[in-house]
Amino acid sequence: MSNYNQEMIEKYRGNFLKEVQDNVEEGDWVKMCMQCGVCSGSCPLGPHWEHPPQEIFMMIRAGKRDEVLQSSSMWMCTSCYNCIARCPRGLPITHIMHGLATYSKRLGLAPKNQPTAKFAQLFWDNLTRTGRVNELKLGLSLYFMNGFSEGIKTALKMKDIGLGMLKTKRMTPMEILGGHGCKDKKGFHAMLKKAQEIEEARIGKSGS
Amino acid sequence: MSDLKIGAYICKGCGLGERLDCDQIATVAQRDGKAQVVQQHDFLCSAEGVKLIQNDIDNEGVNRVVIGACSRRAKTDAFNFQGVTISRANLREGVIWIRPDEDDLRETTQEMAEDYVRMACAEAKHSTPPVSAQEKGCEEAVLVVGGGITGMTAAIEAAKAGYPVHLVEKTGELGGYVARMWKDVPRHAPYTDPVDTSVADMVAEIEASDNITVHLNSTITRTSGAPGRFSADISTESGSTETLNFGAIVQASGATPYDASQLPELGYGKSKDVVDRVELEQLAIAANGGPIKRPSDGKEVKKVTFIQCAGQRSDKEGHLNYCSGDCCLTSIKQAMYFKDQNPDIETEILFDDLRTPGAPGEDFYRSGQDKMVTFRKGIVSEVVAGSNGPVVKFKDKILDEDVEEEADLVVLATGMVPNSGVDINEVPQNEPGEWEVNVDSILNLNYRQGKDVPHLKYGFADSHFICFPYETRRTGIYTCGPVRRPMDTQQAIEDATGSALKAIQAIESAKVGRAAHPRSGDLSYPIFRKEGCTQCKRCTVECPFGAIDEDEQRFPVFNESRCRRCGTCMGACPVRVISFENYSVDTVGQQIKNCEIPEEWDEKPRILVLACENDAYPALDMAAQQGNSYSQWARVIPVRCLGSVNTIWITDALNSGYDGVVLMGCKKGDDYQCHFVKGSEMASVRMSKVDDTLQSLSLEKERVATYEVAITDIDRAPKLINDMAETVEKIGLSPFKF
Repeated sequence: MSNYNQEMIEKYRGNFLKEVQDNVEEGDWVKMCMQCGVCSGSCPLGPHWEHPPQEIFMMIRAGKRDEVLQSSSMWMCTSCYNCIARCPRGLPITHIMHGLATYSKRLGLAPKNQPTAKFAQLFWDNLTRTGRVNELKLGLSLYFMNGFSEGIKTALKMKDIGLGMLKTKRMTPMEILGGHGCKDKKGFHAMLKKAQEIEEARIGKSGS
Repeated sequence: MSDLKIGAYICKGCGLGERLDCDQIATVAQRDGKAQVVQQHDFLCSAEGVKLIQNDIDNEGVNRVVIGACSRRAKTDAFNFQGVTISRANLREGVIWIRPDEDDLRETTQEMAEDYVRMACAEAKHSTPPVSAQEKGCEEAVLVVGGGITGMTAAIEAAKAGYPVHLVEKTGELGGYVARMWKDVPRHAPYTDPVDTSVADMVAEIEASDNITVHLNSTITRTSGAPGRFSADISTESGSTETLNFGAIVQASGATPYDASQLPELGYGKSKDVVDRVELEQLAIAANGGPIKRPSDGKEVKKVTFIQCAGQRSDKEGHLNYCSGDCCLTSIKQAMYFKDQNPDIETEILFDDLRTPGAPGEDFYRSGQDKMVTFRKGIVSEVVAGSNGPVVKFKDKILDEDVEEEADLVVLATGMVPNSGVDINEVPQNEPGEWEVNVDSILNLNYRQGKDVPHLKYGFADSHFICFPYETRRTGIYTCGPVRRPMDTQQAIEDATGSALKAIQAIESAKVGRAAHPRSGDLSYPIFRKEGCTQCKRCTVECPFGAIDEDEQRFPVFNESRCRRCGTCMGACPVRVISFENYSVDTVGQQIKNCEIPEEWDEKPRILVLACENDAYPALDMAAQQGNSYSQWARVIPVRCLGSVNTIWITDALNSGYDGVVLMGCKKGDDYQCHFVKGSEMASVRMSKVDDTLQSLSLEKERVATYEVAITDIDRAPKLINDMAETVEKIGLSPFKF
């Protein structure tokens, strides 16, 4: 992954805006931001971000590559779409945030202990195994995401809800044994593989 | 002149017949108004009603028409009779619509209506039908001063309309500032790329035109006259002078680029690679579409930084206080010079507020962004020399950090300084007969008021910016382009077209002896009774338009075609020798006198309202349309401008028993809204002295109030009248009722 990062650094030689334009989903919109700040003002999580969207766009144009890609800010996006609805220039800001997050992960620059990033990975791993989300396993892996003792603590804290769900047959403990999958698991995996090939070909194309 | 014969026509439509006793009103017109012919009609503005009046004019000899119907601002097309005076008693907006329809108020409403009819008859009796001014000019040529893009456009437009044009340019070639540009901001959609300046095409068009005569290396050394009969001396550099006659003048003297050498803190003069926007155009012309090279060592520019608002929008000494309006677009255009040649060149525009006005504005900005021009909100503190080029130090206001960046070339977006000639408040005019040319003056007018048109804030040439942008206070002289306010090429072209049309309007009005504007087509003009004049010069000083000169004996000389017919001279004259045929000290004074003043024990006060007919009067009309109301004691008389109010009216009103006087004019000062620019200001100066009059009559000073009323003050204007009614109730009735 870090090779890929190095490759990109050399390719764009400090022109980070161009790099974003070429590699980030909807990244060619970044240059059209007119710095009005409506997105930052509209973001419900605005005060909790290190850099609100307006600032991220300015940083991209100012060539602050590492600071943007290593930032946890775009991982904080909850996809409420307030910014998209309000942007006077029509920038698909939510999509750009997710695009930036994806790109930083691909480069291996995403912050290591960012909870959203971690959860996204757990969800993906869980889902791709059988083609269905195994809620019990996903829940447990989420509890133990930050180590064993914290996992126990969280599990105890949540035990009433868990028992309640068992009682009302909202959850079955048998799922721990593997659970049920989708109908054509093989076909599902083949689809994922093909999608990955297409994606890699696309990256390879813009990366070469 | 035939015998005076008043015909009074009372309309019963629009609810007038139901709310008012029209028979009684007709009796009043006959008995008090002395109208020889009195008619009532159910629908006076109908074809039949109009025919009735026209018939009386044609066959009965009626020459003073009094119409008791709607406001003088309504139905002007229907009640338009030639060769007679028309007085309108405002019974609809001024009486029945402004007063609530209640039984116990019928009496006072009827009194209001009767008073207005009496007043209209009095006005009619003291008016004469206006005939056109004696002074008529028949010159058709337009003098255009300045051969830049603005002047060239004005010349081409006037010539296309069929008027001969003389285009005077100080330098040796046409084109001005725009001719020194590589390309220009696009003037038509799509607003994406810089376009040809079109100067060459325009020069070719001018050369090909039979209607346009170009005078290069020439200046104006003397201008005299009035619309339709201007005379100007056009002097060449070599000293020869030609005197030509014109009908109107367009001043398109443009602007000079701000002197960037006043900006050492931005590195100008210290580094050759810091240039202003004019020099960047020269670099682009030298590159001729190829890579732009920097001045110091001829290196191809790979990174260029534009600094917006350089020496502008700042209070620092030597800086311009204002925004020059076109620099943001210009910098975007200049950044495109680089990007279009090589998209890899880094172009950064450091701005505080990016403003891209006009039609191309937003689209051109987007196009710049699309071409990857970087826009950064940053305040530049200084530009210093670096090892490879100038280093720009600035604070990024979005990222809140101090940045230092080296560039190959730094461009300062400097502003424009108007070429508006001499400030007539600073440079006195020569005495009559002792003429001296001022080389700094653009027009060298021989007007009493000074050699150039007045200056506005920041030294821009005069322009009635709120209503009539090209009109200066010198009728027949029109400013356009950046000399009157900062603007870009496209706006200057629009401006030039507009002012060419204004010039034509002035020429055509002068031919028939009518007012040019804003009272377009007005036939009346100031008449002056010389034997009563005391040569006090108040009229010449106070005329907002410099229409009045003085002869050797210091008597006023009225230049009728320069006159705007506002009546400020009439208001100023202490001996009341100035009047118009249908608007005079008498026409208003008699209206004031012919309103019935009830006896003191009737406890019915009377409040005189003198309202500017341009703003305050329509505001009161609209208040009536909206269903607002004001006191039944008010009697409103429209005046051409508050500047035409002679203090004798106030004195007479108070003497004859009015309890309060309300004056409504327009906003004055730098951001005036007065049709006649200084009228409301003159009025307020005069009214500030009315306290002495009140004191001499032992009256309370609260009885006279002057207000600034805008046309939108639909709620406020009636309230001001009601306030006076309350004041009168508080301080009691006037003791002058007898």
